Amino acid sequence: MSEKPQTLWEKMQQQGYSRRDFLRFCGYITAAAGIHASGLSTVVRALETKPRPPVVWFHFQECTCCSESFIRSSHPIVADVILDRISLDYSETLQAAAGHQAEEALHQAMEKYHGQYIMTVEGSVPTKDGGIYCTIGGRTALDVVKEAANGAKAIIAWGSCASNGCVQSAKPNPTGATPIHKVISGKPIINVPGCPPIAEVMAGVIVHILAFDRLPHLDGLGRPKAFYSKRVHDSCYRRPFYDAGLFVETFDDENAKKGYCLYKMGCRGPVTYNSCGIIKWNNGVSYPIQSGHGCIGCSEANFWDNGPFYQHLASFPGFGIETTADTIGAIVGVGTVAGIAAHAISTNIRKRKLIKEEIEHSVKDAKLPR
Amino acid sequence: MKNGKITNAYSAGTMVRGLEIILKDRDPRDAWAFTERVCGVCTTVHALASVRTVENALGIIVPPNAELVRNLMFCAQYLQDHVVHFYHLHALDWVDVVSSLKADPKETSRIAKSISRWPKSSPKYFQDVQNRIKTFVESGQLGIFANGYWGHPAYKLPPEVNLLGVAHYLEALEWQKEIVKVHTILGGKNPHPNYLVGGAPCSINIDDATALNAERLSFIAKLIDDGIQFVEQVYIPDLLAVASFYKEWFSIGSGLPNYLAYGDLPTNGYNDPGNFKFQRGAVLNRNLNEVHEVKGDDPDQVREYVTHSWYKYEEGDDKSLHPWEGESEFNYTGPKPPYEHLNVDQKYSWLKTPRWKDHPMEVGPLARLVVAYASGNKDVQEVITEALQKLKVPVTALFSTLGRTAARGLETRLVAHWMKDFHNQLITNIKNGDTRMFNSEKWAPHTWPKEAKGVGLSEAPRGALAHWIVIKDEKIANYQLVVPSTWNASPRDVNGKRSSYEASLLDTPMADPHKPLEILRTIHSFDPCIACAVHLHDPEGKHLNQISFM
Repeated sequence: MSEKPQTLWEKMQQQGYSRRDFLRFCGYITAAAGIHASGLSTVVRALETKPRPPVVWFHFQECTCCSESFIRSSHPIVADVILDRISLDYSETLQAAAGHQAEEALHQAMEKYHGQYIMTVEGSVPTKDGGIYCTIGGRTALDVVKEAANGAKAIIAWGSCASNGCVQSAKPNPTGATPIHKVISGKPIINVPGCPPIAEVMAGVIVHILAFDRLPHLDGLGRPKAFYSKRVHDSCYRRPFYDAGLFVETFDDENAKKGYCLYKMGCRGPVTYNSCGIIKWNNGVSYPIQSGHGCIGCSEANFWDNGPFYQHLASFPGFGIETTADTIGAIVGVGTVAGIAAHAISTNIRKRKLIKEEIEHSVKDAKLPR
Repeated sequence: MKNGKITNAYSAGTMVRGLEIILKDRDPRDAWAFTERVCGVCTTVHALASVRTVENALGIIVPPNAELVRNLMFCAQYLQDHVVHFYHLHALDWVDVVSSLKADPKETSRIAKSISRWPKSSPKYFQDVQNRIKTFVESGQLGIFANGYWGHPAYKLPPEVNLLGVAHYLEALEWQKEIVKVHTILGGKNPHPNYLVGGAPCSINIDDATALNAERLSFIAKLIDDGIQFVEQVYIPDLLAVASFYKEWFSIGSGLPNYLAYGDLPTNGYNDPGNFKFQRGAVLNRNLNEVHEVKGDDPDQVREYVTHSWYKYEEGDDKSLHPWEGESEFNYTGPKPPYEHLNVDQKYSWLKTPRWKDHPMEVGPLARLVVAYASGNKDVQEVITEALQKLKVPVTALFSTLGRTAARGLETRLVAHWMKDFHNQLITNIKNGDTRMFNSEKWAPHTWPKEAKGVGLSEAPRGALAHWIVIKDEKIANYQLVVPSTWNASPRDVNGKRSSYEASLLDTPMADPHKPLEILRTIHSFDPCIACAVHLHDPEGKHLNQISFM
């Protein structure tokens, strides 16, 4: 067996893909990774010449929804190519080997590619009580993650579990569930939050590293700007209804049937940074708001404790400029209105007149869910 | 192990998150989202069990359309989950990837055409797949195929059938991302689509672009048709072809003789289990002439032990508790990590041990079909009889490792066709003017009683699933989940009785204890959903191997 890993272009040729297919693929991943069209030639060159980077994929406290999302990656030939083009040398879920054989494969990869492999983590790490709440082969998750991080070139924290602790870290966090960036230092860590993240976002992050040989630009929370710089609210197709003060008052009412804004149903779109409204889910089929349910904010830290989910944002503790919201709320006496006003101020929308009308409209029709 | 056979086995779950503790004091209407995160592989099923639990507690009846939407999501999950299990989590226990390199693609094509009319079956097609695998192997980067038990003597398929399996492994990976779009349309995303206590969040409006309209409904219809085609022309033929080479596995891994199914897919509302597509009931000692009535609210039926689990019960760990009185206080008494062995005489798992009337029960596709068969379900009896005839094996062959794997395929076939019926029913309802999707009567917490109790039963792909809730002052006072893998993978109970995994491994022959492929086959036949570990020891207690499963 040859030791030399092949480039993507070589592999695709062997698989019978044409140059045109390859270029089309490069176009898709360029778009998926949020790279400007002018970067296409760089992507093409990179995928022609770079060997498959080894990836080791760990599972700790999680539900495997990130792995499941990853295999949904849907742009033509991405599921085929991305899965094959990285060398997935360890993945408890997908690999054929189990137990000692799987562990052996992992250790071979970690030795052979020390300093080169990409480590991806699905799940949080329990730190309470000596790590007894998650052990693999008798070792704690913390022990395993530290060993693997040592030789990693970079770490991708998949999903909300690995990047912010997700559901198991919700109050009272019985196992001390902790995100990766809080237990590992000195390594580049990319947080890809969401429960799970969108499939094409996951593929896009890997492609970005593969194509450019560098990490994507990250925001202050370690998230790739390409996918987490916009609020769901700002890219929501129901936004005009919000701006016009047209809201769903109860699920499946006349307004719901007309696709009005879900703000009063507790939608977290105004405080959630993600690409759901742009890329959408499962190859652009829909996203939560389009299917009638508000966004629950699954890519935001602590979203489980920022509920209840069906309570609208006005009384939501982490939202906007609370003082302002409270003041306005006290004047008009309707929580929802306060939320709308606070939102408007916090996002610098210059639509004062519209907001005023909206407040009047809402006060008149207020029939709020509890 | 003794004389090449397994004489004893222990199954331990070594990860816990404490969701039951986290759910306390929260809004019951939010519980579906928390519990859905129990599992992202069988996504949606916990959300369904949860909304039913809350609706049961509060006396909410959902509109027929919401029931149909839930059924459609349920069916889509079965199709995706079972196909992924067969091809991506279980097939490589039977299919030797490396052997496929030696296959004659022409012969593979001949075999493929003889068992199915699936269009992708030309010699050239299989040649391309083979080339692809060859290139992959020769690259030296074996990725997910590294360190498999390739060449193991227990692999029995000819290279040509292995090549067929590998080709369909790749096709199934492509297909599975399509069928889940049913969830995306109705629940906004997959994994983890959205649910709603009182109905479904997706409104119907055939005159609006944003609601369920002709385009969305046609989209679902197309996905269902493609799903039926894939199951009929790829999954089932492959299943029967592979099984015909491994008939000895129809008498290995029989496990427990007791089967439990809560039943699911209501056709006349959730409160009428007599009209479910999958029947509710229990079968004891493989007696197919008697189906026992199963009730989630009966305090003497489903109860959980923690004798060998790392929890503490107030009244002592030798007692069992009904989930409404259930407790989830951690009590880790195992070795300090890193450790080699767990002490199986004491507590050794994070899984509790559920029992039905004190019987250990198997749950899952086999249990569902056994209960449905014994209940006189004609659809189920038909597919089982047909498959048994094709394979030329007796009905007792079902009680085995391969029987479990076959049952999963057979029910997928039924579910795919039922899904079409549900879709047609939804269209009929809309045509007749019923577009209701949500019952708002008890949405507001001030309409709730001061205290309420509920139970929600469902059938996850992996088996009987139930949630129990106690609501006090508009908040969750207690929430307990008894999940399929708890039934199957749990440790021994207070009487030392084994649960399914531990029981099913007994007497399994092993060609090479250092490469326990046979154990993978039986444990994978349950479609394990938790990370659990199996340890192998020889009669002197020497540690031979350890395997973990996802």
